[in-house]
This record gives sequence, C-alpha cells and structure tokens, in this order.
Amino acid sequence: MTKYEMVIGLEVHVELATRTKLFCSCENRFGAPPNTLVCPVCMGLPGTLPALNGHALTLAATAGLALGCTVHPLSRFDRKNYFYPDLPKAYQITQFYHPLCEGGSLTIRTEAGQKRVGITRIHVEEDAGKLTHGEHATLLDLNRCGVPLIEIVSEPDLRSPEEASAYLRKLRAVLVYAGVSDCRMNEGSMRCDVNLSIRRPGEPMGTRTEMKNLNSFQSVERAIRAEYARQAAVLDEGGVILQETRRYDQKSGKTLPMRRKEDSADYRYFPEPDIPWVRLPHDVEALRAALPMLPDERRARLMQRFGLSDYAAEQLTADKHLCDRYEAAAEQAQDPVTLCNLVLGEAFAQMTARGLDHLPVAPAHMAALSDLISSGKVNSTTGKKILSAMFDADCDPVSYAQANDLFALTDAQALRAAARDAIAQNAGMVTAYRAGKQNVAQALMGRAMALTRGRADAQLLRDILMQELNAQE
Amino acid sequence: MPSIPALCRRTAGELAHMLAHGHTTSAAIVEACLQAIEVRDGDVRAFIEVFAHEAREQAAQSDARRRAGHTLSPLDGVPLAVKDNIAIRGHVCSCAGRMLQNYVSPYDATVIQRVRAAGMPILGRLNMDEFAMGSTTENSALFATRNPCDPARVPGGSSGGAAAAVAACMTPLALGSDTGGSIRQPAALCGVLGAKPAYGAVSRYGLVAFASSLEQIGPIARCAADAAMLMDVIGGEDERDMTTDPSLAAPHAVQPGADVTGLRIAMPVECFGHELSASVRSVLLSAAERLRALGARVFDISIPALDGALPAYYILSAAEASSNLARYDGVRYGQAAHGAADPEELFCRTRSAHLGPEVQRRILLGTFALSSGYREDYYLRACRARDLLRAQTDAALTCADALLMPVSPDTAGLLGQKQGAQLYAGDLYTVPANLTGHAALSVPCGPAANGLPVGMGLTGASLPLLLRIATAFEAAREVQPL
Repeated sequence: MTKYEMVIGLEVHVELATRTKLFCSCENRFGAPPNTLVCPVCMGLPGTLPALNGHALTLAATAGLALGCTVHPLSRFDRKNYFYPDLPKAYQITQFYHPLCEGGSLTIRTEAGQKRVGITRIHVEEDAGKLTHGEHATLLDLNRCGVPLIEIVSEPDLRSPEEASAYLRKLRAVLVYAGVSDCRMNEGSMRCDVNLSIRRPGEPMGTRTEMKNLNSFQSVERAIRAEYARQAAVLDEGGVILQETRRYDQKSGKTLPMRRKEDSADYRYFPEPDIPWVRLPHDVEALRAALPMLPDERRARLMQRFGLSDYAAEQLTADKHLCDRYEAAAEQAQDPVTLCNLVLGEAFAQMTARGLDHLPVAPAHMAALSDLISSGKVNSTTGKKILSAMFDADCDPVSYAQANDLFALTDAQALRAAARDAIAQNAGMVTAYRAGKQNVAQALMGRAMALTRGRADAQLLRDILMQELNAQE
Repeated sequence: MPSIPALCRRTAGELAHMLAHGHTTSAAIVEACLQAIEVRDGDVRAFIEVFAHEAREQAAQSDARRRAGHTLSPLDGVPLAVKDNIAIRGHVCSCAGRMLQNYVSPYDATVIQRVRAAGMPILGRLNMDEFAMGSTTENSALFATRNPCDPARVPGGSSGGAAAAVAACMTPLALGSDTGGSIRQPAALCGVLGAKPAYGAVSRYGLVAFASSLEQIGPIARCAADAAMLMDVIGGEDERDMTTDPSLAAPHAVQPGADVTGLRIAMPVECFGHELSASVRSVLLSAAERLRALGARVFDISIPALDGALPAYYILSAAEASSNLARYDGVRYGQAAHGAADPEELFCRTRSAHLGPEVQRRILLGTFALSSGYREDYYLRACRARDLLRAQTDAALTCADALLMPVSPDTAGLLGQKQGAQLYAGDLYTVPANLTGHAALSVPCGPAANGLPVGMGLTGASLPLLLRIATAFEAAREVQPL
C-alpha cells in the first residue's frame, strides 16, 4: 500500500475577530442564546442589503500579509447561489473571481525537516447559520450567519497526515499572533476541509475527494489515513476514485460519502450587484509595517534572549498566550530554562487537566516559583504542589511555601532518620534489594520521600539512603 | 366619474402651500383622500390595504406640529401611498404575491424613514405585479387594478396601483419602483408623471429586490414639481445601501420660470421604428414640436446598441431575480408547504405553490442564463450588450442634454388580453435607462386619438434637468392636473 503517494490540499475557514458581522452591525460573538445576535440583514429578510464591515477586510489583508501573499487593494464580491436551510439568502456573498490575497506560503517543520507549503489564495466570505439535528426536528440558529470568514486555500503540497497537522498548527499560530482570529476549532472559529488524492510517484495527480466536518487536528490526521487506505484499496482492485465529498466517521474510523447534493451543484457565480468595488481601508504597506511579531520571529527571539532550545521555543510559540506569559515571567526569573520546563510541563498539564485555555498565575509568581525550583529551595514534587495551589488561587509561592512548611529538607540528620525509618518499615524490600533486585531502591526512595512529606532534597536523600542501605550490610 | 372632494384634485405643491398658509389642515387632506378612496377604489382597486387609522393619527400629529411651529419639511402633512414592495414597519409587505401575503416587515425602508421624518402621512399600500414582474398589474396574486381613464383597460405595471391611485386623485403622491419601466410605463398609461431616478440616487434599502443593479424607487405625481418635492425627501446617500452615490445628491425642486431655451434634446431613431404605434408616434412628434417651439434644439441621433437592450434586460433582470428570489424557501418566513420529507422537497413545493407563473418563468430563465454551459452565451453576452449601450448613451449625452423617446409603444390595452412573455416587447423604450443607470421620466403629453393618455419619455444624466424640461413642457401645455 505504501506504493502510493498522498497529495493533500487543505481549505481552512477562519472566523475573523471583528466586533461585528461582515455585512451588518450584529455582534460577532460565540456562545450567545440562539437567534439573539440577528437582524433583518443577516436574516436575509426581504428588502435588506449588505453594508460591508471594513475592519474585516483589514484583518483579512493582515492575514494575507502574515502569510506572504500579494494583497489587492481593490476588492470585489460575488454571489455563490445554492439552497440550504442554514443560508437565509440562498446565496453566500463570497469572493470567487477576485480573491483579496493570492500567492503566499507557510513554512512547516516535521520530523522530516522544514518544508514550504504554497498558499493559493485567501478570500473573504460570510458564514452561514448553524443547524442542530434533533430527533423530531432540525433547529436553526442564525447567530453565526454573516460572521466574517477568510478561506485559506493551500496548494496541494502536503504529503502526509503529519504535514497536514503541522500546517494547521503553524497556520493557527500565525493567525493568532497576527491578531486575525482566535482559531478555536472547538468553537468553530477554525474549520478544515481536506482534499486528498493518491498516485504512484511520478504520475499525474489522481482524482481527489473532499472531506468535511473535521473538528480537530487529530481527526484531520485520522481522516487522511482512513481515506488514503480506502483510495489505495480501490486502485489496487483496479477501480476508479469518484470525485465526491465525504465525512470522517469517528466510530468506524472510515470515511463515508456525504449525501448532500452540493457535489454536483452549479453555483452560478456572478458579481454581487449590491456591493461595488471596495478599496482596503488602509494602505497595504502601512498594514505590513504594523504586523505584530509572528511565530518564527518570536521563536528566534526566545532562543536568543533566553537560551531556549529550538524545540522548547517551538513548543512555547505554538500557544501565543503561554508564550506571552512566559516572556513576561522570564524577564524576572533567574533561570529561563527552568521556567520554560515549568511552563511547558506542569503548568500546561494543569491547564489541560482543568480545561483552562489560559494560565491563571501572574508572571511574577511563576518567576518566583521557578527560582525556588532552580535554586533547590523546593524540590520538583513540591514545586508541582505549589503550582497546583497557585492554580486554585493565585498567590506568592514563597509565602505559600513558608506558610505550609514546604521548603526542601536538606538537613542531613532529618534525612538520615527518614532513610532509616523507611528501611526499618520495609524489611521485605530491603531483603529483596540485598538479594540483588537493584530497582527496589527506587521504591524505598519513594517510601523515604513520603516520610518527609515529599519535601526532601531528592539527590541528598538518595545519597543518604544508599549509604544506609549499604552500611547496614 | 363619481364625485370626490375638491382637495383631492390639488397637486402636492398646492396642498403644501395651503397648509403653510393655514387654508387647510393635514387632517382635512387625509380625510379627503380617504373619501376619494371610498368612492373610487371599489372600481379602480389600487389599494391592497388602506391605513385609515394610522394616516389620521399622522395627520393629527402633523397639524399639532404646525400649530406649535415645528414643521418637519415642506411636505409635512401631505400624504402619499406606497407600492407594496417597499417595507413599512409593522405592516404586511406582500409584493402582491402569495409567498409574502402574511409577511409583516419588522423594519422601515430608508425611503419610508425619510417620508416619516418629513411628516408625511402614509395612506396605505398599493397593488402591483407580483414581485414587480409584469407591465399590467394583472400578475398581482390578489386582484387586477383598473386604469382610471377606462376601467376596461390596464393601468400598466408593475406600479399599476401607484399610477392609478394618483391618476384617480386618491392620493397626491405615490412611491413606486422601476426595474424596466415599472414607474414610467404605468404613469404614461394613466396620464400622470413618473420618474426613475439615476441609479444610486435613492436608497434601495427596504425595496424587496427583483433586479438589484437595475432598479430604483421613484415618485409618481400629477406634475413635475410634485415629483421634485418628493425626490428631495427620499433621495440621498444611505450607509445601508452601498450602491447609493453621493455625487447624485442634488436639489430637485425646479426654479420658477424654468425653460428649455437652448437645451439639446436628441431623439434616438431606433426608438421611432415600426414597433411604435402610429397614434403614439403622432402625439410624441407633436410633443417634440412643442419643445422646439419653447426654444429647445430637437434633433435625431442614432444609438445602435438600443437594438440589443430588450434581450439584454430580460436576461440580466431574470438572472438577478433568480438569485434575489431564492430566499423565498418557506424556512424563515412566508408561506411554507407542509409535509415535505427533506429540505429540497420543502423548497420545491413551497416555491411551486406560492410563486406566480410569471415569477417562476423569470426565475427559470435567469437560472438558465447563469448556468454553467450557458453563462457565456447569455449572461456574459448580455453584460457586454449593457456595457456597449452605456458607452453609446454616455457618448450621446455629450452632444445632448436629454434624450426623448416613447415610453410605451401603444396606449393602455384591455384587461385580460396579453399575458406572460407577450408583454415583454412593450418594454423596449424603458429598459435602456435601467440598463445604463441614467435618470428617466415619463411626462404626460397626450391624449392619443383614442382619448387615452400618452407619456413622453426623457432620459438624461440628471433628474433635476429632466424635471425642469418636464415643468416647462407642462406649463406650455397649460396642463391642468386631472
């Protein structure tokens, strides 16, 4: 099966972070009660007309510049006509003939190395409403209708599921850093459709299928693998790939055809008569000059300023919020590398466990905790305890450690007592150790540590414990 | 004709003058109109709904304002009626079709907001061809309107109700819409004045869209000065309509003593061919003579692209209509078919049941013209024909101040005669101004030998100039308002 090469292109829809919708002044906000952020315009009531939100064009142009595209100062809109219950006007206002941006690229890194992925075009369009299918009825929520989107179409340059998710991660990072969108796949502000075809290396491109409704980077990877397997099996049997739209089914792990008639739809595109040619509200060069620092530059800065490894810097810049917090704390910390490990390790784990998308601890406190750890005043286990408490209620870690008697135990006498007690209480383990089971020492170490309520300086305790074990022979 | 109050025969300008000098009240005017409607509309059937209570209230408020010394505009207290494709908040906006027969608009069109801000009472909503598609008002799903000049005849369309209401003196003013002649042609057939502003001069926000790049809301009145006053209320840039053009904002009110001395008026020969009936031709040629006698230079011109205007119009307007009317699917408002198994069936059943045959015909035509495989030959070719006509008309208007042509090839026909596509050919003189976006109007210049009204069409870059020509023409004719 590996005799076929994957050819993947991604179409990513991203909701722009404007205050209001693309063609009306309804709020652009996720999570409101259904049909509360609507007005005659976005509901497509008879007689209404679109009034363009210039800020959406500015953000779209910013995205284009951040992705190395040519941005056209003059823009035109078109109608894409089709019938569907979530589309009030029965046409979507989009940019078919004259996309705002063209010809950019995104550099991604995978284990195989660096790769440049081409971006064909970026255009602005309005979002549709949302359908929720229930048992007896389908419910329609028009809050999302009219929200401004950019559609980013990549060249079919991707060759593996890993490259696809690397592309998505990098794209998200660039757009978040550029201030264009919050790119939350779980809230629908970033959506990905996959175009996949396969071929023997050197042959022309095969027929591609499109996969929709992929709501996480993981499901993108899985869908790609499943569809590759399916297409390969079809070709192996001498069959033909049908050009169609499919969806990925989590349960079966397979892709299934979607029964929407959109596949054969003729959209009858024509220029939107209600919107004349529009000029970008700001000069392109001015926008370029105002671009915030993007992930690659940020990563370089982290490495240079704080001595972080390429890998660590890459991990940090993947999440702009975390990166911003890190830098703020790193200015005040004695050892930026320890701080980095703390942020990427335990802090990130806490955020994930608690379902948080932000770090609820002040940078100064993070820096102080990092210092406690890097100076050995608390051991790493205690450090984790303190961090957890800081997540519960942000506080100064030094005061907390003091109040709770958490400073590392380095007193040799106390450590020796703990070691001896551990040995005394675990005769069986000691016997096993003496019998040659070296790794029981680790378990004994755990017991001894527990006796110090986890506060012992690990290295010192280990030395003393080994001394005791060997001495008592 | 049954008698109606004398006040009803006054022009809007005269009424405004009388109000300003305390010779009448808005309440009296509105009452007179309501009486005229009572007496005449059983036969004419111009109104779909009369807002008697509201109009009286608005009149009372106007009179109170006037007594307190704060009138809102020169037309404060002068009533008007509105074609039923213009959104009036809290009222049904049916477009004379079944699809929207119970649809209540939750907002006011911009022109309605401006009419209210000017203090003008709204008498009611007027009959029309369904979704503005038609030229006799017989395509209304409700009932047919009759020409006040002859009840066996059509009033024209699609703003037939508006033209008939003004002609029958049920209202001094009306608002209609003109996509391919729908203000000018009924005005011509009923013997009143109707104007299509230049594209972008009046906001379309709140006009139920038929063909977005072609249509405008405009005034129907009994004289040019009235139309000008109403234009000054409704016209102007609107941030809710991106196609409005601030450079078109201009005062329309005609200066006293307006004349046409030295104005260059060109008559495109393509508009005076065999399609034009002999009786209408002779009235128009007399009208041209009258303009010459008033000092205008009237001469022939050729605009060859006019020959492609009618097919281009029908393709482009149908294409835009197929898109603009796609929203009528039964999901969010309007009439819905029941018992459909899936959305496609819902859409199909709803639209087949609740859209009239002419509307369906045009949607199908427009969908076809935009379809892949046909787009090049139909839609794109029509776009090119339009561009050519625009260029040639602009060129013509460098050596002429206005163009003069017929509005309708014939006088009003009998009810029930022609249907569907047979009527399309009658639009040939009016569609060019919609395609090019120029201002155009129809001013009464009849009657024809058969006693029926004839309208003279004027097209130009500036509606104020056309109204000036119309005013001078009216004065010379010593036209009394009907």
